[in-house]
Amino acid sequence: MNATLSFWAESLPSLISGMVVSLEVTAAALAIGVPLGLVAALLVQSTVRPLRWVTLAVVEIGRGAPALILLQLAYYGLPYSGLQLSSMGSAIAALSWTTCAYTSEIIRAGLQAVPRGQSEAAMTLGLSRLDALRFVIVPQGMRVAAPALLGFAILMLQASSLCFAIALPELLSKAQLIGTMTFRYMEILLLAALLYAAICIPATLLVAAIERRLGKHAA
Amino acid sequence: MTPENALLIAGGIWWTIIVTLGAFGLGAALGVPICAMHVSRSRALHVVAVVLIVILRSVPPIVWIFILYFGIGSGWLSIGPVPAAIVALGVITAANMAEIYRGALKSIHPGQWDASHALGLSTWSEFRDVMAPQIFRVTLPSATTYLIGLLKDSAIASTIGVMEITYLAGFLASKQFGASLQIFAFAGALYILISLPLAAVARIADARLRMKVAQ
Repeated sequence: MNATLSFWAESLPSLISGMVVSLEVTAAALAIGVPLGLVAALLVQSTVRPLRWVTLAVVEIGRGAPALILLQLAYYGLPYSGLQLSSMGSAIAALSWTTCAYTSEIIRAGLQAVPRGQSEAAMTLGLSRLDALRFVIVPQGMRVAAPALLGFAILMLQASSLCFAIALPELLSKAQLIGTMTFRYMEILLLAALLYAAICIPATLLVAAIERRLGKHAA
Repeated sequence: MTPENALLIAGGIWWTIIVTLGAFGLGAALGVPICAMHVSRSRALHVVAVVLIVILRSVPPIVWIFILYFGIGSGWLSIGPVPAAIVALGVITAANMAEIYRGALKSIHPGQWDASHALGLSTWSEFRDVMAPQIFRVTLPSATTYLIGLLKDSAIASTIGVMEITYLAGFLASKQFGASLQIFAFAGALYILISLPLAAVARIADARLRMKVAQ
């Protein structure tokens, strides 16, 4: 037990630095992916057919293909089409795509939950279509979507562990590296699991609390 | 994409399906006792179930797979890559299925319990003839959504050497660098192709079950 604790204390700084990378990738993927998801949610309802189809394809591929495949596609595949990305760059590109695809569905559901009367009222007030979206529909829709988006953010942090496969030095890669050097896999992997849980459990409880609060106001 | 490459990658479909269905079967079965513990009157059992569910869901699937395969596999008990992947994904599925079952239980009108008591049904008959069919119907859509998600999660098994779609795609890409874009695109398309009939069957089954209730 003591041996484990001192091993953990020794490895903790390395794992923490990996965790910072995990959080960075997650934050970047969300910062790029969620706004794109909003755009995709709006474009999927567009009346221009080609635009709708292209958006639908982007969303369905992003949701339908495993994130692990998208990561490898970006890292190993893109260089041969002339776009060389670092492992960080490919990780952000692939996870942003996944984020965009999933959040567009969450946001679309949020937008659809806004009562029809709201857009009719905006029209009656003479707001342009864009202003109606910007000031009336999107703010309300995003409010409805907020808990699900936060829940998705937690899943994305977990998905960032897949970047292990493209040699990004994130939390799991660091743990695995220490494991191969010391052959103390069980201990180091358990510590990595604890670190993931240390972020994800409080975050999950927080999201549940926010959901309850928003639900109270909605009712 | 040469036909040989396509065939080789498609050969991984079997392991992808075995891992997915194996984990789903394990999870669907283990989810029942976890759900039962969660709704149990015993405070201790309830707490154990909640803690179990939270822990299983708060650690990424790939970490669970590594713990089983490298962690337990290196010291305690030798475990092959396929069982490791099935068990790891299976216990995570169990936690999620328990929550899905619990949602279904909640959706059953309390009057149904009262009515089956009033009819003097035995506990077993009450469960089998009254509750189970309703739970099944309510569970079906979310369970299918989860199954499709699990299909994609099964790609993680490639990291410990299960020769499924993603593993074979990575293997080919490492031999034919120039073709890696097409290889991974093809592998991604395979997952989408497998999930399409799953989603269709679920939609049809759901519609039929609804019709039955509507009559």
